[in-house]
Amino acid sequence: MKISDCRFPIDHGVEIPQSENLKSAIGNSFGGTMLEIRNLHASVDKNEILRGINLTVNAGEVHAIMGPNGSGKSTLAHVLAGREGYEISQGEVIYDGKDLLGMLPEERAREGLFLAFQYPVEIAGVSNMYFLRAALNAIRKHRGLDELDAMDFLKMVREKIKLLEMDETLMNRPVNEGFSGGEKKRNEMFQMEVLEPKLAILDETDSGLDIDALRTVADGINRLRNPGRAIILVTHYQRLLNYVVPDYVHVLSEGRIVKSGGKELAHELEEKGYVWLEESGEPAKSGVSLR
Amino acid sequence: MDFIVSKVRLGKKETREFERGRMATKTDTIQSLVDREYKWGFVTDIEADTVPPGLDEDVIRLISAKKEEPAFMLDWRLNAYRHWASLEQAEAEPKWANVHYPAIDYESIVYYSAPKTKDRPKSLEEVDPELLRTYEKLGIPLQERAILSGVAIDAVFDSVSVATTFREKLAELGIIFCSFSEAAREHPDLVQKYLGSVVPYTDNFFASLNSAVFSDGSFVYVPKGVRCPMELSTYFRINAQNTGQFERTLIIADEGAYVSYLEGCTAPMRDENQLHAAVVELIAHDDATIKYSTVQNWYPGDKEGKGGIYNFVTKRGKCLGKNSKISWTQVETGSAITWKYPSCILQGDNSIGEFYSVALTNNYQQADTGTKMIHIGKNTRSTIVSKGISAGHGQNTYRGMVKILKGAEGARNYSQCDSLLLGDKCGAHTFPYLEVKNSTAQVEHEATTSKIGEDQIFYFRQRGLSSEDAVSMIVNGFCKQVFRELPMEFAVEAQKLLGVSLEGSVG
Repeated sequence: MKISDCRFPIDHGVEIPQSENLKSAIGNSFGGTMLEIRNLHASVDKNEILRGINLTVNAGEVHAIMGPNGSGKSTLAHVLAGREGYEISQGEVIYDGKDLLGMLPEERAREGLFLAFQYPVEIAGVSNMYFLRAALNAIRKHRGLDELDAMDFLKMVREKIKLLEMDETLMNRPVNEGFSGGEKKRNEMFQMEVLEPKLAILDETDSGLDIDALRTVADGINRLRNPGRAIILVTHYQRLLNYVVPDYVHVLSEGRIVKSGGKELAHELEEKGYVWLEESGEPAKSGVSLR
Repeated sequence: MDFIVSKVRLGKKETREFERGRMATKTDTIQSLVDREYKWGFVTDIEADTVPPGLDEDVIRLISAKKEEPAFMLDWRLNAYRHWASLEQAEAEPKWANVHYPAIDYESIVYYSAPKTKDRPKSLEEVDPELLRTYEKLGIPLQERAILSGVAIDAVFDSVSVATTFREKLAELGIIFCSFSEAAREHPDLVQKYLGSVVPYTDNFFASLNSAVFSDGSFVYVPKGVRCPMELSTYFRINAQNTGQFERTLIIADEGAYVSYLEGCTAPMRDENQLHAAVVELIAHDDATIKYSTVQNWYPGDKEGKGGIYNFVTKRGKCLGKNSKISWTQVETGSAITWKYPSCILQGDNSIGEFYSVALTNNYQQADTGTKMIHIGKNTRSTIVSKGISAGHGQNTYRGMVKILKGAEGARNYSQCDSLLLGDKCGAHTFPYLEVKNSTAQVEHEATTSKIGEDQIFYFRQRGLSSEDAVSMIVNGFCKQVFRELPMEFAVEAQKLLGVSLEGSVG
């Protein structure tokens, strides 16, 4: 079902109100196709890691990609973000109507693709605030919006810092330097909230978080859910999905999506483990099969 | 032919702090990255008065005569020459630095080159328009108009002073700011008293050579209790082919005086290497402060390491009086080879020496730079902050000496020495020497080495910033501690320079 007509326009100059009713709408596809991955093959050093991924994600949807270690989850996230070092031998990816694989990583980011890193890097000497403002302004410039000066930026971020229960002093510290594991992940969520992506890919954002931090991070993700935005959660555990309820769950194994389903699939995985699926064999035509 | 421009800038302290804050969050300067050429590489076509290459006593006499120097200057030059000649004979050119270059043929160098002018120009109107255009191209406004907007210039073209402004205003305060040649003619007593008092002509091979042949430079004297209200600045440029550049700067701050001095340098692109051997001497009396900032952007050679300036410089300051302070700040981005150790002799009790440095080597550039802090007086303090950036095949060496003599009761030193590597073909080296002869001294040394990794660059790019932005932001962040010591105008220029100099070092 392709309901491109009722796609919500994204105007980042205007605050899109977050509705509580959104949750009741989960499971329905709101907008047009945000991301379409067709038969994607990718390898590192001749070692094929992605072996034919097919996935369609529409605006307004939250997809969870689960799977055992080494199944290719992080590789998929990196390939979508444009990290170097992967050879794409086959397939294509259409993002928001454009050829994603033909774009530089920074172009993808400016077009609204955001990757929350599993291991955010530390950058000495560059303050968190300065970094994020430069990033926001690069994106705003690309969208034809005025760049924000320091004062406007500060006003805008203050509120978001509070919502994420972040220590405001972290803003003036170098990016991620000396941050705890939880602080790094919160910082990723903070960046995501400020940059307001169209497509957010969260790579194991839940790993290494205690329960309180997990809840804060999940709240952040839920705040971002809206009809114009798509979210892909890459996760090993079902835990996060208790707080961020996905519309679809896909299981990745040996570089293919072997099963897709609704949120209940995650619970099934929790009970039976991944072995259950690997034994059942038969790779599913994910995403598509649900429509 | 070489020429030197000196300029005076009004101090605008209050606005500077504000603007600095703004600058720190502005990425516009990085836009200049797009401009990827060494844009100062042009040659000015102007008739020059040049002596034949090679060096002997006659050349020295000729230089001295052309400069209409008093007799003591000629004697001093000749003594220096004789000392240098004996060193050259003994092949005593220093070889200890961590730099490599083919032997220099001192007989092929032209030791004096000046633009041809009938008489020394008395005002800007008499200056060769070709020369004025050159300054224009270099972004140095020379016209009086510009002065009204807060910048004033003393221009010295090819060793001869051509235009001076703001002089009267300075003279009212008793400040002397002029070319070295003029100082030798008009203030021989001061020159004779201080010349060579910090860097004697026997100091080292290149200092001896400079003492014998130096063409010009700047002279500053700030009298007792006077705070110089403007930033004094000199702009050096090498223009002529096969010419060595030998300038000499002498700055004296009398009791309680304050002066801030800036120098900048560029040179045309040429395939052969050119020698630049300068000497700078600073003298600070009781309670006086001298702040000396350099942005060095001599032509670094091409991507294959062909051409470029050999920058072999001796800079030293003497904190002669109690409570005096000398602060060196340098941003070294140019030159094929840099060999330079701006140092402080902390003779007066409670005197302070500072050294803040950013040295960048890209492609095949080599730098061996650092400082010497010699603690003689009681409770003397010194701070060393050195930031080395290596990219391409660049080799960057920090060499620093902290020497605490027996009588330096309560002396303190803090040294911080950080290296940043871009890529895997460059090198960073650190040689700190500590010599402590007084047990009450406190000496600290910290050092770090880091590398800009692919992971970091990808992180920036995933947030919408280009690789160039990523490197600029990391490098500028790395250098912040030093940049904030620079006057605003220079800080911006330094940031831009780093961007341009790192061109092509990513990806």
